[in-house]
This record gives sequence, C-alpha cells and structure tokens, in this order.
Amino acid sequence: MPSWPEQTKYISKSTLRIDAPPKVTGKARYSSDIQADGRLYGMILRSKWPAATISAINLEKALQVPGIKAAITAKDLPQTVRFYGEEIAAVCGTTKQACLDALRAIEVTAQPRPFVVLEDDAKKDDAPQVWDGKSNVSSSPRGSGEQGTVDQAFPECAAVIEGFYTTPVQLHNPMETHGNTVSWTDEGLTAWASTQAISASRDGFAGPLKLDHSQVRVITDFMGGGFGSKLNGSVEGVLAARLSREAKAPVRLMLTRFDEALAVGNRPSSFQKIKIGALADGTLHAFELDNYGTPGISGGDVDLPQPYIYKVPNSRVKQTHVAVNAGASRAFRAPPHPPASYAMESAMDDLAAKLGMDPLEFRLKNDSNEVRQREYKIGAEKIGWKEKYQKPGSSPSVVKTGLGCAGAAWGGGGASRNTQGEAQINPDGSIEFRLGVQDIGTGTKTVIAVVAAEMLGLKPEQITVKVGDTNFPPGPGSGGSTTCASISPTVFDICANALQQLQTQSGIADARGDNWFAACKKLGVTPLLVHGRWQQGDPGRPLSSSPAYGVQFAEVAVDTETGLVTVKKIVAVHDCGLIIDTLTLEGQINGGIIMGMGYALYEERVMDDLSGVVLNPNFETYKLSGIGDVPEIEITLLNMPERGVIGIGEPATIATAGAIANAVANAIGARVFSLPITPAKVLAALGKVPPFVKS
Amino acid sequence: MKKMEREEFGAHSRRTFLKSLGTVAATAATAQVQSVAAEFEKANAEKTVGPGAVPVTLTVNGEKLSLMLEPRVTLLDALRNYSSLTGAKEGCDRAACGACTVLMDDLPIYSCQKLAIEAQGREITTIEGLAKNGKLSPVQQAFWDRDALQCGYCTPGFIMSVTALLKFNPRPTADEIKHACAGNLCRCGTHPHIIQAALQASGAKVTSKTEVINA
Repeated sequence: MPSWPEQTKYISKSTLRIDAPPKVTGKARYSSDIQADGRLYGMILRSKWPAATISAINLEKALQVPGIKAAITAKDLPQTVRFYGEEIAAVCGTTKQACLDALRAIEVTAQPRPFVVLEDDAKKDDAPQVWDGKSNVSSSPRGSGEQGTVDQAFPECAAVIEGFYTTPVQLHNPMETHGNTVSWTDEGLTAWASTQAISASRDGFAGPLKLDHSQVRVITDFMGGGFGSKLNGSVEGVLAARLSREAKAPVRLMLTRFDEALAVGNRPSSFQKIKIGALADGTLHAFELDNYGTPGISGGDVDLPQPYIYKVPNSRVKQTHVAVNAGASRAFRAPPHPPASYAMESAMDDLAAKLGMDPLEFRLKNDSNEVRQREYKIGAEKIGWKEKYQKPGSSPSVVKTGLGCAGAAWGGGGASRNTQGEAQINPDGSIEFRLGVQDIGTGTKTVIAVVAAEMLGLKPEQITVKVGDTNFPPGPGSGGSTTCASISPTVFDICANALQQLQTQSGIADARGDNWFAACKKLGVTPLLVHGRWQQGDPGRPLSSSPAYGVQFAEVAVDTETGLVTVKKIVAVHDCGLIIDTLTLEGQINGGIIMGMGYALYEERVMDDLSGVVLNPNFETYKLSGIGDVPEIEITLLNMPERGVIGIGEPATIATAGAIANAVANAIGARVFSLPITPAKVLAALGKVPPFVKS
Repeated sequence: MKKMEREEFGAHSRRTFLKSLGTVAATAATAQVQSVAAEFEKANAEKTVGPGAVPVTLTVNGEKLSLMLEPRVTLLDALRNYSSLTGAKEGCDRAACGACTVLMDDLPIYSCQKLAIEAQGREITTIEGLAKNGKLSPVQQAFWDRDALQCGYCTPGFIMSVTALLKFNPRPTADEIKHACAGNLCRCGTHPHIIQAALQASGAKVTSKTEVINA
C-alpha cells in the first residue's frame, strides 16, 4: 500500500510559489484581462427595486447608442424581481463608455411590490412575502433537535448564562469581481471564467444555454479570489454568452464592485439565543440554542453546528430560516462555522466568568480533542497566558488589554475521490502535469510541483503545471478545503504510474533523479502520457484524510474612551496532517486570520429597511481589514505525516472572531453581543452610550 | 516625498472666498456664478475636447502610446483596454482598493481616478515596466521570496506602492510601509508577507516567527 515518503526533500519544506513571476510582473492574464480578438464589453442593468414586477423593457434607445452591438433582457417578461440588484437586462458594445450610456437609455416599466429586508421585520405575521404564498419563516428540521433532558438539566447546573449573540451578513468581496470573457460561436462556447470551479462553471453554461457539456470549455489560468462565492454557474456568465451569440463576438462581462455587493453571494446572518450551564466542577451540562438567520431570497443553509466543538450531554437546538428581499447567500469560507464559533466561544467565556474559572482551563476541561488540547497548551505558552491573563475588566488604565482564545474543527469533504490528472513526459525529460482544478491563490500549482518533484526526484522548477481547463482530467472545485487533499494523492499516483511505465519502456529500474533524463531519452520520439487518480493509500498512513483542528489566541487593546479595538497579536496553532508547502500554508493561515478579524471588527452588509437597498456596496463603507489593522501574527504548525494531507483554507478563519471577541470582553469586563465589534457597540457595552435600537 | 503646500491651493482660502461674498444676496451670487461660467465656456470654446475620441499620447514605461480615446476614458481603462498592459487591475474603479496603482513621475496614483488625457506629458510606470531585461526588480523579487501574494490580483498595486515608497525612503520602518500601503486592499490576507517583502527589498533582515513542530 502506498504512503508518503518518510524522508523528504521538498514536502513539508518551503518552496517558492511557482506562478509568482507572472503575478509580480503583470504578465498573468486573469479572466478580466483576456483580450480576445474583436472583443466587446458587457454590462448588466440591475433592478433598483427590492421587489417589483417588470412588465416592459424597451431596449430600442440602448441599441441606438453608438458602439452598442446587442441588448437583451435577462428573463422573459413579466419578470418578478425579488431583490435590489437582480439582473434585468444586459448590453454589450465596443467600449465601456458606450455600455454605460446604453444602460442609462434602457426604459423599464415596473410595478413596485412590498418588500422586507430586515430579519426581524420579515418574521412578523403581516410581513410582505418574499415568495408569494410562502411564509418568510421556515423551521429547519435538519438543524433542530434535542438530546438528553434539557429542561431537567438546567436546574442541576451550578452556573447558567444566557446571551443573544448576533452576526451580520458578510460579503465575499474578492479583489477580482465575478465575471467572464465568453465566446459563443457555432463551434461551441469558450469561457475564460473567474471561477473556483471550472467544471461547475461549464455545467452552469451548458444547462441554461442547452449545450452539450462537450461544447463548452472553461479556462481559468489565473483568477482573483472567490472565498466560496465563485463555486457556481452564474447569471452574469449566461448573459455574457447570450450577448456573445447575438453580437457574434467575444464579450467580456465583469461585474462592478457595486454589483458585487448585491447579487453574488454572502455569508448568512445569525441571531443566536444561547442558554448554557455547567456543573460546579466546570463540566458542561446543558445547552439550548434558538437561532434564526437569513440567506436572502435563497433557501440556502443558515443552520449552525452548535454547540460547536463541545459535547454537552443535554442539548436542544432550534433553527429557523428567514427569507428577505436581498441577494442569495453562498458558501463563504468555512460555512457555517465562524458564526457558530463566535457565539459558542463567547458563551463559553461568559460561563467561565460566572463560574470564576479561567476560560482556557474551562476549555481544556470540556474539549476532549487531543490535538486541540495540545494546540491550546502550545498557544498559551506562546501568548504568555499564564503571565498575562487577568480576570475580565481588571486591566487598569483607559486603554485596556485583554486575552481570549477559541478553537476550531473542519471536517469539510476531506478530498474528492474522483480527482484525476495526467502527465506528459517528453523524451527530453520535460514533464507537464494537467489537472482540471484551478488555483484560486492557495498555491495549488505549487503543491502539484512540490509533490511531483518529491516523487520523481526532480526540482519543482523542472515541473510544468497546467490547471484551469475543462479539457484536462476532472478535478474538484476549490471549496471545502479539499483541493490540496485531492490533488496531492492524485499527483502521487500519476508519478507512481509514470515511474512504473518508464521502467518498462526504458529498462532502467529506477527512473528518478539522476536517471530521469536517460530514462526519458529511451522513449524515442513518442512522449509518454500517464494518467492517475486519487488514492486512499495505506489506511494506517493514508495519503489524505480529515478533519483539521486548530486554536487561536488574541491579544487586544480597547480604548474605553473611543471604543476602538486594536488587535495586537494573534497566536495561531494549526494542524493539517502532512504539510506540503510551509510557505504557502503560512499565507493561508495569515489570510484566514485577517479575514476573521474583518468579520470580528469591521465587516457588515447594511440594508436600508425603508428603500430596500444595500447601503454599503463599496470599499469606502464596507470595511475590510487594511494593512494598518493587521496585528503581529505568530503561527505554529503541527506536522502530522501519519494523517496524510488535509486542507487548511477554512480552519484558519474559524476561531479568529471568537478569540478576538473574548479578548475584548476580557479587556473591558463586558460582553459585546454582536459582530462586528464596532466602537459604538463597545461604548454601549461599557454603558457610556445608549445601545443602538432600530425604532 | 513632495509636500503639497497650503499656498498651492490658491490665494483664496474658503474663508476669504466666503467673506468676499459679503452681503451680496444669494440670488445675485448664483447669477454671478452663472455669468462667470458662461465667460469661461466662451474663452475655452476652442480648447474643448470631446465628447468624441481625440488623439492621446501617453508615455508608459518609457515608450510612447498613441491612442484615440474619448476624453472620459481613464488612464486605467486606456492601459487595460486600449493597449495590452493589463497588469494594473480594476478592483473598484473608484479610488478605494489600489489594485490600479501606477507611478506618475515616480508618485503612486490610482489610475482609475486619472483621465488618460490628463496623464499626457507625464512619465507613467506600470508593473510591466519594473523588470529590466527579464530581471525582476528588487521589490518584485522580494514579493516572490516572501510569498507576498496569493491570488495575486492586488499584487501589482502593492508592488507599485512599495516601489514608490523605496524611491523616497530607502530604509522604511514597518509602520512607514503600512502607511505607504494604506491605500491598497488585499482580500486574501497577505499583508504580513507584504510587510516582510518590503523590508527585504529595503535591505533589512527579515525573519519568520513561524514554527513547525513535527508531531
């Protein structure tokens, strides 16, 4: 049974990202950079109504704008629009400026309908229905249930706390917006897509356009981030294709930053009423959650895996989905763990405070996971928990410091067992790997090169890697932290097959390393094409597995006069089985932490209940963590080769918000029950300003 | 770096301008403004360009680019869509993300906020102009060495901001680097490596605190 080598030259070391040179020189062509011959620009007209019936769309004047080549409606009329920003028409033309003029010239006749955009409003009996004849509120049987005897258990507890913890709708906001360059001719359709999943993207064109899958090719050489929002086929892609067909030219249709906030996904909100109790010795005993949240107009999942990483013998969970007139949610890095972690870890600290226990000790008592136990101990040492931890609110002076921690678990999908790939080995010894996956910035191409170099006894720079093409053997979408665990065993298998076939064809027993070129030369004039697929490997030492854990510690400073929270330091201790490339792994963890910090302190989509619009569809008012906000980050990695390869993109972002929230509560001695933890909420928690209540 | 002096904003401060209006009635003021605007329009009639395409000559990476552009076309749009220079990226098109950062006479600017016609006669440097004879610039090399990129979409903008900083301040502190990059956004969260890369490019010694424990 195959397993990873014990001694390695490249695996678990740091290899420089192989596709960095084109990225640092501007030569990398992203989907939004494709300059196809005769290309046109596409733009979408979006609904300015949060709910309406569109009865007529007059495209005549738009078509008369000089340079405009096609204008189409998004759907057959009448069209029912259910959120501000829904697609209603699209145009393409020779310049962006012509498209802007054309959008303004489109005449839309609409009958506005009643709408509701806030969760609490949508729950009311007399709320306008987002979907006709259907209640906005639906309870989730899958997300609800009871084990043990909760009502009996709470009176048995020595300490019980209750809290109403809320998290906002978070926007993905990848730096490259969603979009495609599409060419649809009689020969078929080619799309250069900014996608995390070329196969799903292909199906997303083929289905609505009634094309065979074989007629659609999706190419993604470089793409500018997705974080879960680019896993699906897309309305904007289909519109670009239809425009291309009509205008008989390739069309590049990239969304604007404004569009990005409205229609291409978000993390659902959560409103978690939690009651939790422990016995006198600190053992968790009873838990109750009543949660609701909105996935916008979609039936998307808002269920939270509570009580998260803790085992509570008596537990009752009730979860409700609330539809509102806003863009549909999509998968967002570690769905739906960050809101679950934030609320549960906050409740843990609040309960520890009531018990008079150290929150770290309280976790070690109630978290039986051996890996996290170890990680907590390492992290505590690195942040200086023993020396620095003070009881909540006991930090002196105006700017108060605090410590907090939180844990994570990510089962995800482990790996896609259908992942395949091929390598072409040429007589001159050059070798090219082709896998139908895509590199969304995580270092996928580099991982392929590292594994191949290790197995073949070559250097990573001798390996040519091609991904992002549906003509290549199929691979999974970049989601669920599955890519690394899918491709590493696949490349392992390709290499094993290659060495075997080279041995047969060349007569050289071991074609690795120094023998490589001699063996390849014996191929004569015909390159060797080798196929491979994901393998489990030795069950005792698998090539890949799941889950990953991880803990994070935060140290913050809170100015009690302004309410401003500054994160001073994050200590992150993570495991992901066998580390492939330490350098790109470190980048993933930094990124998870910084995104988690945005979730904790800055990010929130704000809806206006009177007009139904998104109030902050731009970077001026939707705040991301900036370089000045980024704290010192200290990472410790547990390398566990015996577990095989495990993904890391998601576990890295889960614990951050909970750790920061707990550090803030520890600093000021009061809980901010709502993310993001804004200065106003901090001052309200301190009783210095009245809390904001919507009238 | 060149400091914008107060005087350069003109002889009249907002306060003196408001004072000069004195007791003139608001309606009179409006009429006055309109008549001034009419005078301006007349005086500039022969200088007005557009709205149709006009010839525009840009100097980009030391080479002349002769284009026909509507006056409303931005420098970013001109680079990305009227030439093959797609290195500068469009992330927001409204001066908030910095992905479009280029140098104009050595100063970093948001190319999405500069009309191409305004950039005539200035030296424009884009990410494509940094590597010389196939050799990466020290900043580009440092970004590669420190893995200061993930998806890479914001990377050209950050590299231009750091390049500009080092021209004026060859040995910046981490805080000065953060200040210089405050106008650039990165969603992948690559910032710690960007700071390391900028320090390395300045010749400072950079160490990573990351520890790997073989479990």
